[in-house]
Amino acid sequence: MALRVLGLTAPSKKPQPWWWGVVALLALFVFTIPLYLDVAELYSISNFLVLAILALSMSFLWGYGGMLSFGQTAFFGLGGYTYAVLALNTGETTSALLIAVLLPMIFAAILGYFMIYGRISDIYFSVITLVVTLILEKGIRATSGDQYVIGSVRLNGQNGIPTTPSLQLPWDAKAQLDIADVFYVAAGLLFVTYIGLRLLLLTRFGRILVSIKENERRSELLGYDTRRYKWLAFVIAGGIAGLAGAMWGIWGNFVGPNMFNLNQAAQVVIWVIVGGKSTLIGPIGGTVAVQYLTDWLGTQGVGQVSLILGIILMVMVLLFQQGLLPSAGIIAAFAKDRLGLTRRGRAS
Amino acid sequence: MSEDVVLETRDLEKRFGGVRAIAGVSFKLRRGELRCLIGPNGAGKSTFFKMLTAQLRPTAGQILFEGADITKLHAHQIGRLGIGIKNQVPDVYDGLTVHENLWLAASAEAKPTAARAKVDEVMARLELGPLAERLVGELAHGQRQWVEFGMVTAREPKIILLDEPTAGMSVEETNRTAQLILEANKSATIVVVEHDMQFIRQIARYVTVFHQGAILAEDTMANIQANQTVKDVYLGKSGSA
Amino acid sequence: MDEVAIYAFQIGFAFAILILISLGLAVIFGMMRVINLAQGEFLMLGAYFCTLITQSGVNLWLAFLLSGLAVGVFGIIVEVVIIRWLYGRILDTLLATWGLSLFLVGGVTTLFGPQSESVAAPLGRFSVGVYGISQYSLVVIAVALALLAGTYALWRYTRFGLVVRGTMQNPTMAAGLGIRTWLVYMLTFGFGSALTGLAGAVLAPIVGAAPPMGVFFIGKAFITVIAGGQMPLLGTISASGLFGTIDGVVSYISSSVVGEMGMLFVAIILLRLLPLGITGRLKRGI
Repeated sequence: MALRVLGLTAPSKKPQPWWWGVVALLALFVFTIPLYLDVAELYSISNFLVLAILALSMSFLWGYGGMLSFGQTAFFGLGGYTYAVLALNTGETTSALLIAVLLPMIFAAILGYFMIYGRISDIYFSVITLVVTLILEKGIRATSGDQYVIGSVRLNGQNGIPTTPSLQLPWDAKAQLDIADVFYVAAGLLFVTYIGLRLLLLTRFGRILVSIKENERRSELLGYDTRRYKWLAFVIAGGIAGLAGAMWGIWGNFVGPNMFNLNQAAQVVIWVIVGGKSTLIGPIGGTVAVQYLTDWLGTQGVGQVSLILGIILMVMVLLFQQGLLPSAGIIAAFAKDRLGLTRRGRAS
Repeated sequence: MSEDVVLETRDLEKRFGGVRAIAGVSFKLRRGELRCLIGPNGAGKSTFFKMLTAQLRPTAGQILFEGADITKLHAHQIGRLGIGIKNQVPDVYDGLTVHENLWLAASAEAKPTAARAKVDEVMARLELGPLAERLVGELAHGQRQWVEFGMVTAREPKIILLDEPTAGMSVEETNRTAQLILEANKSATIVVVEHDMQFIRQIARYVTVFHQGAILAEDTMANIQANQTVKDVYLGKSGSA
Repeated sequence: MDEVAIYAFQIGFAFAILILISLGLAVIFGMMRVINLAQGEFLMLGAYFCTLITQSGVNLWLAFLLSGLAVGVFGIIVEVVIIRWLYGRILDTLLATWGLSLFLVGGVTTLFGPQSESVAAPLGRFSVGVYGISQYSLVVIAVALALLAGTYALWRYTRFGLVVRGTMQNPTMAAGLGIRTWLVYMLTFGFGSALTGLAGAVLAPIVGAAPPMGVFFIGKAFITVIAGGQMPLLGTISASGLFGTIDGVVSYISSSVVGEMGMLFVAIILLRLLPLGITGRLKRGI
């Protein structure tokens, strides 16, 4: 509904030429940002871009797979730690980044097998994914002793790994990427992930996944093994979250147990809710808006960020079901209707 | 009649708590048949259908498809074997378009190009062309029933189970549905659950009467209409016989 | 011999803790099907009330009861302001209570600061062979059993319990019989909150009171209630028994974190084998 009001098409539709135009323009805009912003601003925007990748993983799984995973931070953290440990051990970052995507996928495959093939209900799925990330956090926090070493890297418990290296050029280990380079990589990966998911939803797999969200029983009766599709979606989303985690480590030269924690997990949900889960682009906007707000609140010294996040979450759920952007569209349509400005002609 | 049995149940039973919704049904369906299931509300017809398609697990008994035991299979495996069902409540993808609904049904088996051709064919047969890009959730009740019927047939199943295919339809729509069913029967075995006796007389050759979770009678339409027990439990009440 | 006694004690204590932290959730989630992610924060509020009340000079045992009562009242307010609007919308309930949880953590941190408040553990220690055991942990076990028995009796033998069970099974029917279902929901939620608050107060002398303490317990509590399955009380008892044993033994051998991971691991395997939980196949009971 809300999509129609805004004049957008559902992502399961073939993108119109103008969509490619808009994406190209956006890319052009984003890639020229470093020309007129200073390094500090660039640094904080890179953070938004990386977190937007995490939001995409959640939004794909929830908005199109119908699975509300509260534990995408589990894969986020796992990706970050995998990257940090491998890069520090081998001194080589490209393969570390790749494995930081693969390992969370394997973890998601195992966890997803038990949950999805066990046919646990949606609610249990949400709660268990949340519990998994909380317990991983506790596990990492408990690794402060000297005995917790992987290769030559100490896990450091609470303190995380503050020596996480930046990305190197694959062909030249000496060429470490600087802040502007990391910005380009983060923006590039965000665009690739967004376009990739958008195109994935057009494939047979994507359409069947959406059909399962619409009516799982019908898909089963038609002969689709719905568990397999949901499981695959869960694995893909795990990989994307892992990528975001590794990029976050690269961005801040740091990974820590907070990547897994409840606040982080809540933020992912809030980004997607604020942006609306019926599109992929919405959550990207939601991420930037909410992160900008929390950063700003932090600098204003208003105290507890979680207090504000909590209020946002409650208000969003109780008052704005569709997400801010689509809600605004509905209100606008209502206002137009009231003022008699609607053009006649739409069949529905 | 030949004895080419395509679907059979043996002493099928379903208990909900202490209630026996299906109390030992042994049922045989020959290939190419168009069978009607009738019976008062609560006789267990829908429950029976749901067990045939693994939406419900039987408490006891066996289901055989072309001689093979399918009692323990999953719903998607039943679908793949070629048993399609239209549930009582329209069971479609309300948030997707008519075209997408049919495409999903056709692609379950067919290759992409064949699936597209199949969708076009079904849309032409059901005269759904003008509605192709409409969301199914926005359609009238009767049209949604046809979309679901189209989905079930697009799958080219060997057996089609239809639970009240004409519920909520006008007289013309019902007549058209009867034609569609007769047409589909040329390539598939069909079982229809219905209440509308007018409609059943239009299509039925052989009728099974359910009563209190068991088969009360099974005969040709003419004999069933003459059957006194059946009249007592069912036809008498509906007043249309 | 001492070894056996100490294992038995470890298991009994782990069992009691699980019962304490999950009993309120068993009522709110298990019976009412309301997923309250702020459950851990209710526990934290109980612990804070307990420290505040004892600091003002009130006897600790009385402080337990008062804390339970206070959190119960708070729960009723939450039901009226948030939960009531979201019955039947399970995911929304989950998200809104998650917001509440963050709000409470942030709010308590703003009011009392991030540091941990403590309550002096009463009673001394006694020894079993070479091992020392605090007498207070026996109190914890006793309170857990008492709450369990009390809740069971309330559901099973009182008119209120019957009305609640009837309403949860079939609200429409209950409303038709003239029961004010909104009141039943409100009171049941309040009761579950009070149980949680009381549990938090009882835990305060052991773990203190700190803003993030809820997060520490919430995972365990949910695993226990989910794995318990359809019958909230029996399920919670059996799951607490199973996980208490795992947690007690593994924690004793290794560390409490490993114990918790062991619990999660077993719970996930269990749900693959019994998707409806331990009591999923049973038909009747509470």
